[in-house]
Amino acid sequence: MDAPYAIEMVNITKRFPGIIANDNITLQLKRGEIHALLGENGAGKSTLMSVLFGLYQAEEGVIKKDGKEVKINNPNDANDLGIGMVHQHFKLVQCFTVLENIILGVESTKNGILQMDEAREKVKALSEKYGLQVDPDAKIEDITVGMQQRTEILKMLFRDNEILIFDEPTAVLTPQEIEELMEIMKNLRAEGKSILFITHKLNEIKAVADRVTVLRRGKYIGTVDVATTSKEEMSRMMVGRDVNMVVDKEPAKPGDVILKVENMTVASKLHSNNAVKNVSFEVHESEIVCIAGIDGNGQTEFVYGLTGMEPLVDGKITLCGEDITKESIRKRSRLLSHIPEDRHKHGLVLDYPLEYNMVLQRYWQPEFTSKAGFLKRPEIRAYSERLEAEHDVRSGQGPITIARAMSGGNQQKAIIAREIDKDHKLLVAVQPTRGLDVGAIEGVHRNLIKERDNGRAVLLISLELEEVMNVPDRILVMYEGEIVGELDPKKTTVEELGLYMAGAKRNVFIDGNTPEIEESEVVDNVREGRDA
Amino acid sequence: MKEKNLLKNPSFQAILTSLVCIVLGLLIGFVVLLMINPAGAGEAIKTILLNFLTRASAAAQMKALGNTLAKTAPLLMCALSICFCYKVGLFNIGAPGQYEAGACIGLYAALAWHCNWVICLILAAIAGAIVGAISGTLKAYRNVNEVISGIMLNWIMLYMTNMILSRKAVKDPASPYTIKLASGNKGALIPSAGLNKLFANNTTVTIAIPLAILFAILIWVILSKTKFGYELRATGFNKEAAKYAGMKEKQNIIVTLAIGGALAGIGAAFLFLTGYQEWSTTQTSVPGMGFNGIAATFLGGLHPIGTIFASFFIQSITDGGALINKSVYPSQISDLISSIIIYLCGFVLFFKFALNNWIKKKEKKEVSKVEGAAVKAEGGDK
Repeated sequence: MDAPYAIEMVNITKRFPGIIANDNITLQLKRGEIHALLGENGAGKSTLMSVLFGLYQAEEGVIKKDGKEVKINNPNDANDLGIGMVHQHFKLVQCFTVLENIILGVESTKNGILQMDEAREKVKALSEKYGLQVDPDAKIEDITVGMQQRTEILKMLFRDNEILIFDEPTAVLTPQEIEELMEIMKNLRAEGKSILFITHKLNEIKAVADRVTVLRRGKYIGTVDVATTSKEEMSRMMVGRDVNMVVDKEPAKPGDVILKVENMTVASKLHSNNAVKNVSFEVHESEIVCIAGIDGNGQTEFVYGLTGMEPLVDGKITLCGEDITKESIRKRSRLLSHIPEDRHKHGLVLDYPLEYNMVLQRYWQPEFTSKAGFLKRPEIRAYSERLEAEHDVRSGQGPITIARAMSGGNQQKAIIAREIDKDHKLLVAVQPTRGLDVGAIEGVHRNLIKERDNGRAVLLISLELEEVMNVPDRILVMYEGEIVGELDPKKTTVEELGLYMAGAKRNVFIDGNTPEIEESEVVDNVREGRDA
Repeated sequence: MKEKNLLKNPSFQAILTSLVCIVLGLLIGFVVLLMINPAGAGEAIKTILLNFLTRASAAAQMKALGNTLAKTAPLLMCALSICFCYKVGLFNIGAPGQYEAGACIGLYAALAWHCNWVICLILAAIAGAIVGAISGTLKAYRNVNEVISGIMLNWIMLYMTNMILSRKAVKDPASPYTIKLASGNKGALIPSAGLNKLFANNTTVTIAIPLAILFAILIWVILSKTKFGYELRATGFNKEAAKYAGMKEKQNIIVTLAIGGALAGIGAAFLFLTGYQEWSTTQTSVPGMGFNGIAATFLGGLHPIGTIFASFFIQSITDGGALINKSVYPSQISDLISSIIIYLCGFVLFFKFALNNWIKKKEKKEVSKVEGAAVKAEGGDK
């Protein structure tokens, strides 16, 4: 008789110097189920998966496949056992086609010549079977993130993997793509594949998973059936306390204008069109304004233009009454704090210790640099320790921890601590909760609202619908580089917001005037235009 | 426990791995010597290692040591040039070109313009800095790899230097060399300040040696203690983050390569302004000094202070190699041995990696042992 579990990890313990990353964790994946692995950042999910994938060896515990104990010493062993993984950051060759990426490493050749036809047939059959639409001859660099992910899934299927690991697969997808992915996962389950789904999004677990195993700070908390467990219960298991799912806040009392953007236009690096077109709006003190939109609609370029990282093609930026259109990044940073979209690329010098990262935006100030140009190391150390304590930034060795060695959530906390603590009137927060878990997201939102209540202007750029609906006082929707709508989060619905984000509706026009037509009419017009 | 902490200490690791490279290099060199002629191999390797100590009298030993030190100073400057740029994430393989520029302008100023040594030194530094800045500017504004532009500039500067130093005012009409400073312009010789007395009146021993060591300390202080070093290293680690933090990342790249160039330029001055040798205007290969600096940088654990010792060692084995019995071994053998050691210096990082892996494995075993014991002691408390 077959054992009921496709893969079992029993009593796994994995230690690193100074920390137990996995403390006696058991994970049992049934055949043909979607099993979610839930935990905060740093809870040990990645370590556990690395053990399963052969990247780390556990000190204690055993791994069983179909009830038989197996040794996984390296990723090749994992592959041989039919374990495949879609990594959070895809491992695809950008200038190769979809098909070339899929066969990479398992190419069949005849006299040294690649045999593509067979592979093409197999890929075609697989994509039909599981509803994975991709164009096998499209180059990776030309296709959407969602399609790239489908390529990764096909890669696993092409290798006849039975156990599929998805590492936070929805972090990079649009709401529509997420829904499609959920369907694909259900199809895979129906075909008897076993899926491990690493996530911290409770909605998604509710939507597809059968069971969920929860980890917290390296410890095993429990495994429960999703159908009979509420989201609140799951988040309590994950965080260890009750989490406030709804953002508490008083109504905004906007004051003077802090930021005024007039006709801002920014060039695109990808194509010859402008990425940001003629954008105008204001942000007042004690107000959170959110720029919502699907990824890639000019938000990134807008922030670059606003913070001075890219020059404007046209337009004017006024901050606290000062024209800063042509000012340097350093000059702008006197009044402007910036939580960047990509914390690894921009937010941190990963090879610097935490303390040096904590002063990245202020190291030149007399507080940290003497008149002769020497760094004041004790002051930097003390400052870092204070921020770490105030913002609960956890790290292995405190201020001297190399930033690269910290978990993503704590890296983000460090950046937020740094940006909030420095002098500023305007906080630009670009996807500040990206890749964070429920507990950490709550903290970030609380911080944003505290900023507002302290009289700062907050400009939030977000892709998360829940965040867009709950945190800001005003929503601006960006579509193809233009602001197409201004909405009141209290009066709008997710569905309406979705229409604006998809470009099917607009209530702001280039001249900045709200039109005199009924909104529904516009929608109808646009829809008709599309259908026609 | 203490012993293990020492093993984990990064400075100790750097020293240990460098020593491993040296030992391995000597072993391989020894094998090569054995293959050519087993009888003299032991003697030859001893000569390479002992260098000046093989001389007969104490005075001759000091004199030979003086020669090695005189050439260590320029080598150290080149190593510092590479080390400094490396810390900012740039591989300054253009150091030889910057060195050539320093030699060119330093000697020209000394012989044609009759400047004194301080001016010559400063002009050599400026010349090196300009050549470095060319690579830097190309890198910052056109994203031209500094390795490519550096190598090309090495050749451009070599022939420009040959051309400029062939002019009547600076070249000895009877030989391909530039005029000796001792006869051309005594004021351009770097003063010895009595140091020559310590080395049996070796006149090439000058204050260039202590100055080079001071430069090493200065570079170390700048990189690790100052705001300037903080910015440069941040730019080296992550250009984008440096830009985000309002640093002038493009300017930093140019400044870094300019400083690297200045160091290499000073290195040239430290050789040619001591009267140790003259520039040969017919040479057709890029001087090895700049390239050996790469080896000294890696052997020195990429640390400015480490490069002091590494430079001395490399110069010492090079000089020692020249003393091998030429009737037994071909004259190229000395270069071969030193290049094997230099080549192995490139493996310093690899050895460091291997050492860390070994420590990790050992630790893992010990932790499980300790924990096992603890569980037993607690009587299975859990």
